Amino acid sequence: MTATFSLTGPTSTASPAQPSGATVQLSAVVKAFAGHTALNSIDLEVAPGELVALLGPSGCGKTTALRSISGLESIDSGRILIDGVDVADTATNKRDIGMVFQAYSLFPHMTVLENVEFGLKMRKVATARRRERALETLDMVGLTKHRDRFAHQLSGGQQQRVALARALVTRPRVLLLDEPLSALDAKVRVQLREEIRRLQTELGITTVFVTHDQEEALAVADRVAVMRDGRIEQIGTPEELYATPANAFVADFVGLSNRMPAELIDGQVTLHGCSLNLLGDPMPDGPVIALVRPEDIALSADGIAGVVISSSFLGSLRRTRVRLDDGTVVAIQHEVERHPLPGEAVTVRLKGAPVSALPPKVTM
Amino acid sequence: MSANQAVRIGAEPSPLVRRLILGIIGAIFLIPVIAMIEFTFRNGLAGDYTTSHWAGLFSEDSARTYRGLYQAIGNSLVLAAVTVGIVLVLLLPTMVLVHMQFPRLKRTLEFICIIPITVPAIVLVVGLAPVYSVVVQVLGGSTWTLAFAYGITVLPYAYRAIQGNLDAIPVKTLSEAASTLGAGWMTVLWQVLLPNLRRGVLAASFISIAVVLGEFTIASLLNRRNLQTALLQVSQSDPWVAVIFALAALALAFVLLLIIGRLGSATPSRRKS
Repeated sequence: MTATFSLTGPTSTASPAQPSGATVQLSAVVKAFAGHTALNSIDLEVAPGELVALLGPSGCGKTTALRSISGLESIDSGRILIDGVDVADTATNKRDIGMVFQAYSLFPHMTVLENVEFGLKMRKVATARRRERALETLDMVGLTKHRDRFAHQLSGGQQQRVALARALVTRPRVLLLDEPLSALDAKVRVQLREEIRRLQTELGITTVFVTHDQEEALAVADRVAVMRDGRIEQIGTPEELYATPANAFVADFVGLSNRMPAELIDGQVTLHGCSLNLLGDPMPDGPVIALVRPEDIALSADGIAGVVISSSFLGSLRRTRVRLDDGTVVAIQHEVERHPLPGEAVTVRLKGAPVSALPPKVTM
Repeated sequence: MSANQAVRIGAEPSPLVRRLILGIIGAIFLIPVIAMIEFTFRNGLAGDYTTSHWAGLFSEDSARTYRGLYQAIGNSLVLAAVTVGIVLVLLLPTMVLVHMQFPRLKRTLEFICIIPITVPAIVLVVGLAPVYSVVVQVLGGSTWTLAFAYGITVLPYAYRAIQGNLDAIPVKTLSEAASTLGAGWMTVLWQVLLPNLRRGVLAASFISIAVVLGEFTIASLLNRRNLQTALLQVSQSDPWVAVIFALAALALAFVLLLIIGRLGSATPSRRKS
């Protein structure tokens, strides 16, 4: 059997395919559950072949948005367009989508091969062709040799690979991934997310990926939509979200931030004698909480005095927690070679990067 | 007695105690069955034994002699089939629908389905009598119409068997996964859910058959003829044959329970393509 794609390695040599996916548009979509507004006039546009991650805390509406696109949830108002056609009233089984669920969803009474063939069977593809395509897709996820096994004979990672193959075998216009990695252990999660990204790029399928794991979202997505309380707070590339968060929520949710008491004077954040540019919307002058990235603080020969609380080795870098003289505890990211010990007196300095800020009494 | 020697409350019984308990319970069940078998070989009050009662069943004129009994067996089998049909056509889709779409109704459905077990058959008949006067007018007085009443009496058993299976599989996820792959509601039910509910459905069916084959009160009080009422009638003229058929019904129920047990422990295994 000849595979169309090779998936044996962490890096892909295949070039991105011509996008075969559809445009997905959500326009002023509203969905409420028993008085709770899960989607509050959401607008979202996903380009053909693009992978957009919906990221946010529990209850922010990201899964509801995904399920609305799939048709598993009906919407109260607004429009959901796939390739320009409003599918808000179209049944799930007519939307030509593929979906991978958070929970293991393989049909227990079917073998791996039968599971993958199921979507093609629903589309009345001839048996021989069906088998050929199912085996081809199983090969893409590296599970051909497990084709005669049942779900309970597979590991969690293998089950999700089969679920992915099952969703892709019909070459759907849109691929929807509802936290497909959350039940897996860390190592498998990283492997599988790379496979998902590679397959998505190679097949050019428009993909919406729901996750609450910011690292996952930043690692796989072309763009990330950060959601809160049924709204999209910001949508942009991972770099944009990290470097220029639209507001304090995004700054706090995406990546790590130190909360440091500061003063806003003439639109500038004044912090330990440094004047830093403010990211996001302007705020009235007065006391604020500055959100400073760990990599924007450095251990230095002079500056703000503090005492090391702990230091963690993270592979390519080290993260050290320091209690400053004013009592604030900050995390600092620095090179591995420097190894501060708990209790050691150090001095730190701000690198001067722009920061986001919160009003002083806001908590998240 | 030292602390170590003290008998632990709730501890697993020793093999000897287990065998003793099993032996006592086995004896409680087996002694009447053995007595029934022994009885079928008795030669009246003479005290000796004969195979004539068994041989009589296979004689040339047995079909004529026991015509009424055979007819009643046929009636019971038809009743069992229609009752199972009611369970599969009405109860099963209702339970799946409630489980998936209306989970809030689950308690209500459970309550309704459990009610028949709390109502004595005689009370049920008192309530059903006027209903059956209408049923007779509409559908005639055929025995199979009893299946409507039996459909109610088997509800608690069928409900439990199916609900146990429904709770054991991720019905919502499976049906949603099938929908996203292009399956309509009937396909989801037929190709995805039913194969995974096979154990529950078969258990419900077999328990229903066993209940119907053993039912006497409703049939007797509503003047219908089924296996149990016929056995009572035959027993007045030929108690040996009545006991032989009772043994056969017991054996059938035992086989059905064995099949349920086998199905309950069966899991899909690796197959060769």
